[in-house]
Amino acid sequence: MISLVKRPQPSKTWVVATPILAVIVTMILGGLLFAAMGKDPFVAIRTIFWDPLFNPDFAAYSRPQLLVKAAPLILIAIGLSLGFKAGIWNIGAEGQYIIGAITGASVGLAFYPMEAWYIFPLMVIAGALGGFLWGLIPALCKTKFNAPEILVSLMLVYFAEQIMISVSLGALRNPEGNGFPGSRNLAQYASSANPELIAGTGAHWGVMAAFAAVVAAYVLLSKHMLGFQIRVTGESTRAAGFAGINANRLIIFCLGTSGALAGLAGLFEVTGPAGQITTSFNTGYGFTAIIVAFLGRLNPIGILLAGLLLALTFIGGELAQFMLSLPSASIQVFQGMLLMTLLAMDIFVNYKVVWRKKEAV
Amino acid sequence: MDLGSISLVAFFASLMVASTPILLAALGEMITERAGVLNLGVEGMMIIGAICGFAVAVESGSAVMGFIGAAVGGALLSMLFALLTQFLYATQVPSGLALTLVGVGLASFIGQPYVGESPPAVAKMAIPVLEHIPFFGPAMFQHDAMVYISILLTIAIWAFLKFTRGGLILRAVGENHDAAHALGYKVRLVRVMAIGFGGALAGLGGAYISLIRVPQWTDGITAGIGWIALAIVVFASWKPGRVLFGAYLFGGLTALQLNLQAANVPLLLVLPYLVMLSGVIFLAIAVAAGSWKKTLDVKPTLKTFAQFIGTGLVLLLIGVLTNYASGLDLLLLSSAPFVATIVVLVVISARSKGASNGPAMLGKIFQAH
Repeated sequence: MISLVKRPQPSKTWVVATPILAVIVTMILGGLLFAAMGKDPFVAIRTIFWDPLFNPDFAAYSRPQLLVKAAPLILIAIGLSLGFKAGIWNIGAEGQYIIGAITGASVGLAFYPMEAWYIFPLMVIAGALGGFLWGLIPALCKTKFNAPEILVSLMLVYFAEQIMISVSLGALRNPEGNGFPGSRNLAQYASSANPELIAGTGAHWGVMAAFAAVVAAYVLLSKHMLGFQIRVTGESTRAAGFAGINANRLIIFCLGTSGALAGLAGLFEVTGPAGQITTSFNTGYGFTAIIVAFLGRLNPIGILLAGLLLALTFIGGELAQFMLSLPSASIQVFQGMLLMTLLAMDIFVNYKVVWRKKEAV
Repeated sequence: MDLGSISLVAFFASLMVASTPILLAALGEMITERAGVLNLGVEGMMIIGAICGFAVAVESGSAVMGFIGAAVGGALLSMLFALLTQFLYATQVPSGLALTLVGVGLASFIGQPYVGESPPAVAKMAIPVLEHIPFFGPAMFQHDAMVYISILLTIAIWAFLKFTRGGLILRAVGENHDAAHALGYKVRLVRVMAIGFGGALAGLGGAYISLIRVPQWTDGITAGIGWIALAIVVFASWKPGRVLFGAYLFGGLTALQLNLQAANVPLLLVLPYLVMLSGVIFLAIAVAAGSWKKTLDVKPTLKTFAQFIGTGLVLLLIGVLTNYASGLDLLLLSSAPFVATIVVLVVISARSKGASNGPAMLGKIFQAH
């Protein structure tokens, strides 16, 4: 009979192999789902994963989109991965993203219509600070009162959404917008715009920040004491306690950093691709980034690749919606299934499947 | 401004309607957690219940069939979580998150053809004799059957946990799975059943929203109620009676918010009432928390009070500032349930700091040897 034997150490091969296998298995499952809807599964999968990059009709438009969509995912996921590694569950990145966009945009709008080189940097600082403070709320609730950070950070997403609706109808509403909800367009205001830096690549400041975050996280985790502490805490809280690692400091660092990075992602989005704060400015990057973090194995390089892949599913999903009239929710299902398949396959990382004869009693 | 337009009877009646989905979902999650499993997928199972219930009710023309469909749908989705965590030994936190992501996507996927449809009406079931009591009759005894069922379920679950062998086994599995396994109990089976029960109840709660409370299908219809249910389980220290209390507290807050919004009352005029109300809620929590610990120590109560007021004030300040800046009164009211959840979580966690009073095996992986 088949039985599972726990490995003394997680298998290094499987750690790398499972995300790739999970993507393949999810493609097959997704194909079955599309087939059940009466669509040709091969065409659907090709439209999502191949056409945005290589089809001559769409690639010119959708290739640059890849970096635009991947940047916020990577920025947020890098922050989340630090916490996840240490067993600190920030699932409210969506809220920190919204607040970062609002605080950053507020600074820019306060200067309007003045033009100066320092406005954009100030907005970046304000965006990071807004996300940082929003992330600090669950951190302090956890360290001071031991309140579960999972639930507190998530509740703050709903609070942030209400604030977003409120400010786009009120404080930040464009006075020249004919009464429509939503702020002035920041992408069209030179001092606050976050334009494409290298033509044809989609690379704006957010993309640069995402790459910088990947490098910084890599250095932090492999070379810095703090990264070591995060890893030890994740392996064993008890060992971390004996080693004199200050758990509260770690919680504040992880939630604060991931908040700041999510806030940055929000700021770069609102000044570039989105352009303005509206009542539905957020698009769920904060939640998808959770999948990116896990699919990237909480490893900076892995997150970079996973972020690009999930960005591809967003773009391909839109294309499939347009070309094959697949419902937009199917991409959401697909992304959720990807995380599930990955978690299911993790069994190969920690267990060895062996064929054993039934032992005599 | 017309506070008089809010009838007290109607308010209490709407309170019970607003509380029922929270109560159902929280009861289910409580059973799951008492078996030692932390399923963060409540929101996903609820919304799947909401759409399955809605679809079945529309297709069959029967709300009863709808509720059955919702329970089945929720339970089926929860089996994905059971497969991941009980058979493939996946970590429970990300598995629950994955369940929510899949559930929300799948629901909007299934729900597309049902946007704009209206479900069959659910008959009110007035309780004979009791319905004629002045005030209490119309407020409490003229509801649909699900309201009574949810309260009967609370009592049944309390009795199950306290008096039956099955309840004892469930608790044993949640407190020490190795010992339960050594005694010959099927830990995995018990947990799978508990997860399925949690899924079914979350499904019922979701269907209550789409079939009775709203009643319509829109994307994201559960709007975070699943997460509030999760918080209520913590707040209730995993006890059925307190789950009922917590669910009604939050239902009351939601009902109040909707009533105030409908009456279009300027916030500043309502603020004193809100402060008074939060005072009453706090007293209720303090007394309850005191009696839950079997002692009513004055000093920690004062400390808790300070913490409560502190957290409340900070959040209130954020709300009022944005409110002032935006010139709109809606913000504070519509975010009240979520802010209140945070405050309540902080208070209850601060009280039980150090030793968590949750099931000892909560979230831990069990593998039989």
